[in-house]
Amino acid sequence: MTCTEFLSKLDDYFDGKVDADVLAEVRAHVKKCSHCEVVLDTTRKTISIYRENEVYEFPEELRERLHAAIMKKCSKAR
Amino acid sequence: MPVIQSQVAEEVHPDVALVARAKLGDTAAFEQLVRQYERQIFRVAQHITQNREDAEDITQDAFFKAYEKLDQFQGNSKFSTWLVRIAVNESLMRLRKRKTSRTVSMDEDVQTEDGSIPRDFAEWRPNPEQLYGQSELGEILRKTIQGLPPGFRTVFTLRDVENLSTEETAEALGLSVPAVKSRLLRARLQLRERLSRYFRQTNEGAKP
Repeated sequence: MTCTEFLSKLDDYFDGKVDADVLAEVRAHVKKCSHCEVVLDTTRKTISIYRENEVYEFPEELRERLHAAIMKKCSKAR
Repeated sequence: MPVIQSQVAEEVHPDVALVARAKLGDTAAFEQLVRQYERQIFRVAQHITQNREDAEDITQDAFFKAYEKLDQFQGNSKFSTWLVRIAVNESLMRLRKRKTSRTVSMDEDVQTEDGSIPRDFAEWRPNPEQLYGQSELGEILRKTIQGLPPGFRTVFTLRDVENLSTEETAEALGLSVPAVKSRLLRARLQLRERLSRYFRQTNEGAKP
C-alpha cells in the first residue's frame, strides 16, 4: 500500500467500513510509514476535537427566542 | 397452526408519525419537530455562513419553508435530511448574497490540490485541547474551520460535526457519494494541517 492509497482509504477506515484485508494493509502501512501514522492519529484527533467541542454556542435564551419566532411565523401561514 | 412471520417489521423512524400529523395541520406535531432539530439547523447554518445573525435568519426561514412545503416531502429520505438540505441551500444563498463578487457553490475550490497532501508530520502533544482554555480553544477551532472553502466546510460539518452518514450528506447536498468522500478527505486533511500549528509537539514546549 502506498501513502496515496492509504489516504484514499482513510474515510472508510474511520467509518469502520474497510474489509479485513484492507484493514490489515492499512495497519501494515502505518507500522512502516511514520508520516502516515502521524496523519492517521492527528486526523482522528481533528475529528474528535470538532465533535466534542461545541464550536458555536446555542444558549437557551437564543433557542427560546428562535423557537418562538419560528412558531409565530408558521402559525400565520395557515 | 401458527403462521411463521417471514417479514421482520421495518423500524419506522418516530419522525414519520410526527410529519404525518403535521401534514394534517397538527401544529403541536410540527413544533415537536422544530424542537428536535432547531439546534442542529442553527449549528449547520452557523458553520456554513460563519455569522450568527445569518444563522438565526436561516434557521427561521428553513423551518418556515419546511412547514410550507411539508406536502412536498415524500418521505423518501429522513425528515432531518430534507430539513438540512433546505438549511444548506438557504445558507449557500446567504453566502452568495454576501459575496456578490464571487460565486459560492458546493463545487467551489474542488480543483485546488492545496492542503490535500499532508505536509506536517509532527506528532501532537497529548490531550491537545487541554493546552488551551475553553474560549481560546473555541477561537482556534472557529478560525481554523473558517479558513476552509465553503464546500469543504459544509461536508465536514454534516459528516463529522452533525454525524450524518456519507449517503445522507450526499442527499442533503445534492452531491454524489464519491464527491462527498473526496471533499471530506480534503476538509479533514486541511483542518488537520491547520490545527497542527497549535497542537504539534515543539522542542521548546512553547505555544505557537
